[in-house]
Amino acid sequence: MKYRTVAVSTAAALAATALLSGCGSDDGGDEPAASGPASLTYWAWAPGLDKVADIWNKGPGKEAGITVTVKKQASGDDLVTKIITAAKAGKAPDLVQAEYQALPTLVSNDVLADISEEAGDTKSQFADGIWQQATLGSDALYALPQDSGPLMFYYRQDLFQQYGLTVPTTWDEFAETARELKKKAPDKDLTTFSSNDSGLFAGLAQQAGAKWWTTGGDTWKVAIDDPATRKVADFWGGLVKEGAIDNQPMYTPAWNKALNTGKQVAWVSAVWAPGTLTTAAPETKGKWAMAPLPQWTAGESVTGSWGGSSTAVTNDSSNKKAAATFAKWLNTDPTALAALVKEGGIYPAATAAQTGGALSKAPDYFSGQPDFYTEAAKIAQGTAPAAWGPNVNVAYSAFKDNFAEAAKNRADFGPALTAMQDATVADLKKQGFGVSE
Amino acid sequence: MTRTPRRKAYGVKSAPYVFLVPATVLFLLFFALPIGYAVHLSFRRTEVKGLGLGKGAREEIWAGLSNYTDALSDSELLHGALRILGYGAIVVPVMLGLALLFALLLDTDGLRLRGFSRLAIFLPYAIPGVIAALMWGFLYLPDVSPFLYVLDAVGLPQPDLLDGGPLYLSLANIAVWGGTGFNMIVIYTSLRAIPAEIFEAARLDGCSQLQIALRIKIPMVAPSLILTFFFSIIATLQVFSEPTTLKPLTNSLSTTWSPLMKVYQDAFVNNDIHAAAAQAVIIALATLALSFGFLRAANSRTKRGDSR
Repeated sequence: MKYRTVAVSTAAALAATALLSGCGSDDGGDEPAASGPASLTYWAWAPGLDKVADIWNKGPGKEAGITVTVKKQASGDDLVTKIITAAKAGKAPDLVQAEYQALPTLVSNDVLADISEEAGDTKSQFADGIWQQATLGSDALYALPQDSGPLMFYYRQDLFQQYGLTVPTTWDEFAETARELKKKAPDKDLTTFSSNDSGLFAGLAQQAGAKWWTTGGDTWKVAIDDPATRKVADFWGGLVKEGAIDNQPMYTPAWNKALNTGKQVAWVSAVWAPGTLTTAAPETKGKWAMAPLPQWTAGESVTGSWGGSSTAVTNDSSNKKAAATFAKWLNTDPTALAALVKEGGIYPAATAAQTGGALSKAPDYFSGQPDFYTEAAKIAQGTAPAAWGPNVNVAYSAFKDNFAEAAKNRADFGPALTAMQDATVADLKKQGFGVSE
Repeated sequence: MTRTPRRKAYGVKSAPYVFLVPATVLFLLFFALPIGYAVHLSFRRTEVKGLGLGKGAREEIWAGLSNYTDALSDSELLHGALRILGYGAIVVPVMLGLALLFALLLDTDGLRLRGFSRLAIFLPYAIPGVIAALMWGFLYLPDVSPFLYVLDAVGLPQPDLLDGGPLYLSLANIAVWGGTGFNMIVIYTSLRAIPAEIFEAARLDGCSQLQIALRIKIPMVAPSLILTFFFSIIATLQVFSEPTTLKPLTNSLSTTWSPLMKVYQDAFVNNDIHAAAAQAVIIALATLALSFGFLRAANSRTKRGDSR
């Protein structure tokens, strides 16, 4: 699931900075003496989570004497900062919802507890690529995967037919399709390259085999400007440069219109895309189809992921065991997962829950594809592992600024990628991390 | 008998302080303390060791002036400052010029629909900056903009309103649209405070409306012009919500477009409160220097004018 927030505040930065660290956060610390022996607070943004927590509080939670209160948060970078600040004051909530790429940052700030003892036995219920993001490749377990966003290829079936296009299975074919469409309908684009969506670019790099942050001994190695990512950057940069695809960001009113009117006929996106299409392109109902993401090598079935989050237990929790029990229930129990899918509209990370139940029926706009979620589950199995580091946010900002410039000028993406690498390494060094070149 | 006067004297002496207490407490708690804390933070930094994972990997240490030297040598902050300088060079004169013009027009004798016009010009000020920016963003975006649609329909070229030079105009337009009304009210109020005799005398001397406006009204509202100029400079230096709201719509606005956006980015995205605090202090000092520098210059000119 991906939620966009336009984080805007007009407060004077001076006061904001001071208040942020001065007052910390008060709402994590109140621990009312509720009925059971454990009363937990849970900061999360997924819609409907409070309803899922209610199921727990009335059922298994009541038996175990563990009450969970969900405190709704905004998603994104602000929440990471908020959690870290609360943790500094020793007042972090017991449980937090965290995006996978934020986990190293949170672990690095000593916010998250290792729950491998309580929940390590759930490993087999998740795809390896997802599980590894929750362990950071170590023996510890810092979170339980909640939802995931395997990448797929969405296209307008009717328009593909109209222009005689075939669904690309490799990236070479994808480029050809883009050019062919441009030739047949110069005012249309296959898709756009969005400099706003670092997560999508990260997912595409993942598919190509990139591992942006790895550790060796006591140092981090940053490989954003590695051959795999360069291949991806050059590919998209080339398409933008020759004008085969658009260069405007996604998630703008103009983009919505382009999808709605069929000016853009395809979208490389994650499994949650149908939800976005419902709001962005209401006139295209029933016209879409989904196919696996094009591959770098024909015949493979690898994908990356865009978005996805996990449930983590904090070190401030007075009852980590109870918190881990709830996290485990929430992300592996069939009742909980069914409720998460139904109430929250998420795509569960737990493999068993990816088909059946609320996911047995194709999403609204994909009526022509009844096996949508069976296909999706198959694709999800091939999710390549992601390697996140402690300053993903810095890398993401560098992506936004540098790739925006390159996309705007329809210039090579190579220098932008180098700039992204340099900014990330410089920030790690500045903070004092061990960095190996 | 002797006690009462003594108590009275004591009460009178301490009364000012007693009255000052609430304001002082509030000032200390919500103004001096946060600023002091921000300054404190700006002299510190977090140091990470090795992989930085787990307990004790992070330590807050004294940083001396390093956050300040980093900020001052950061080209992004400087570029941000230059960008808002260009932005301010459009916003301030246009906004104040329009505000003065509207105020003078509203103050013209025999004007109809005065109340309505005043409200209509003032109304955009009541719309929150974020909402205004969202709305204008919609109007600027090529595929959804009605302006560009009309231009296209009559066969004129469509400028990209969210890139290059037009981007500055687009951003400035939002500020002018939102701010003119407020400044107009300030100027208009002081126009209304000018005694009517002066105008009567001027008319008897044969002054036209235009001459009255240029020779009497504008010089007499100079203090409010200075005040609005002062506010506008501060608002320009603090521009944040408009570019932040427009940023997702275009490739041309970076995450650090204005200095305050850079502060926000460092504090809330990059999680480096110390760097953000140092930059905030620098921006605050620059704002103080600029605005008081302007006030002083304006004052000395007024004084020279008086002695002439």
